[in-house]
Amino acid sequence: MEIGPYILLASLEGAVTAAVLALTAVGLSLVFGVMRVVNIAHGEFFMLGAVIAWYVAHWMGGHPALGFVAALVVAPLLVGAIAVAADMTILKRLDYDPERTIVATIGLLYIIQQLTLMSYGPEARPVEAPFNQRIALPWIERGESGWQFYYPWGLSTTSYKLAVIGAAGAVLCGVWALMTRTRIGLVMRATQADREMALAFGIPVEKVYALVFGLGAGLAALAAVLIVPIQQAHYLMGADPLLLSFIVVIIGGLGSLPGTVLAAVLIGLSDGIISVFFSPTLAKILATLLVGLVLVFRPQGLFGTRAA
Amino acid sequence: MLRLEAISAGYGKAQVLRDFSLDVAQGEIVCLLGRNGAGKTTVMKAAMGLLPLMGGRVLLDGAEISRRPAHEVPRAGLGYIPQGRRLFTGLSVAQNLEIGLRARRSGRDTLEEVLELFPRLRERMDQPAQTLSGGEQQMLATARALCLRPKALLLDEPTEGLQPSMIDAIRQVIVTLREAGVAILLVEQRVDAVLSVADRVAFLENGRGGAVMEASQLRADRSIVDRYIGV
Repeated sequence: MEIGPYILLASLEGAVTAAVLALTAVGLSLVFGVMRVVNIAHGEFFMLGAVIAWYVAHWMGGHPALGFVAALVVAPLLVGAIAVAADMTILKRLDYDPERTIVATIGLLYIIQQLTLMSYGPEARPVEAPFNQRIALPWIERGESGWQFYYPWGLSTTSYKLAVIGAAGAVLCGVWALMTRTRIGLVMRATQADREMALAFGIPVEKVYALVFGLGAGLAALAAVLIVPIQQAHYLMGADPLLLSFIVVIIGGLGSLPGTVLAAVLIGLSDGIISVFFSPTLAKILATLLVGLVLVFRPQGLFGTRAA
Repeated sequence: MLRLEAISAGYGKAQVLRDFSLDVAQGEIVCLLGRNGAGKTTVMKAAMGLLPLMGGRVLLDGAEISRRPAHEVPRAGLGYIPQGRRLFTGLSVAQNLEIGLRARRSGRDTLEEVLELFPRLRERMDQPAQTLSGGEQQMLATARALCLRPKALLLDEPTEGLQPSMIDAIRQVIVTLREAGVAILLVEQRVDAVLSVADRVAFLENGRGGAVMEASQLRADRSIVDRYIGV
């Protein structure tokens, strides 16, 4: 096989990573943008989504699609509700102080992680994909009779992976429409711009905060449900998405949704391609190096605006 | 209309205001004068519920608004035009006004009336708020507060850093509002600007209320002003 099909394969794998990463990172970015809270527990909300997806699929039984669809609805809602409760009982009492909320969400991280270990256990458990056909991909090559299609061995993806990319794209469009086209989005952006003035114009900031924290966690959970048929649910699976989300949010610009999505695609694709050709470790090293460079030369991120 | 009763407030444990009282009647402009750091902005934030009161109470049209959560204070009819304008950046002019309209569920007719006062904003409705000129931003900050149809209005240094023609325009609007029966509390550094529009002047010294007198009295004898805020 030549280099071309390899790159296509690596890009497809990378696109799945990018899709899931974009959802997770947008959740983190929303929470930071609107609430100025650095949510260290974000990865645990991701993990909870995957674990709850396993429980739901396990209990439902029957056709895998049934359990998966139920998980797709139940997990984000349940995780969102847990996040709202955490916001109202912990973050609100800290008055959303930037430093203290970091410490509080670190605590939340360990509480969620250990509770999951105690109840769900240390095993990694799979959730069956609702559909999973192998799709062989064609490649074109110049043969004796000019350009022709053929199917290189090993160049394939699954219908489920393509569906993950599509679903993530659709949800991201939904989030974008929510922020720019709806009243609640307007209220969220006003709160993001100036919390005190939002209060002075009758916006119930505490309710907006609870909603945003729930929405951010729900997005992470949704991303996890999408990836769990590919990756399995495990109580420590939240660490990688958390690190990558932070990388993406910093590169994209804190609080900028388009920047976050673009950075997720950049990091996801390069992660896929570098992992296939070199090693996954090199991919992480380069991503972290990129964060360092962005912080030095463009601290507000590629698409961020400097705080006034 | 707006009544501050012996309010005390501050930031954290640092108390800035001590037992400050003031009345602003319907259709009256009261100006708050004081040196830098005397607590003028603190008075406004405390009235809006943005700072917790350490004592005293705030009444609007007889209702004790200081007992309500901060976001319900504007819904009771208290408008705030803060120092430095503090528009919602990233939102367009129309969206900034919509936030104002929504606070008390004012309708399109309110928006039309407000735009009547600031025709310049009508041409800029889809422009991001932060791209407006300084004067236009002040117009927008004022218009946003007027979208509440406020019973009382707090203005913190509305003419700061504006060119004379803009200052005139803002002053015209303030006078129009007085005629419409709005109670206006104005903080202003420039004494000339104050004396030409104010009905009464209240002095604030180190967080405590000083004399309250008719503006006409001060226009006749400027030395009183110098005694309070002169250098």
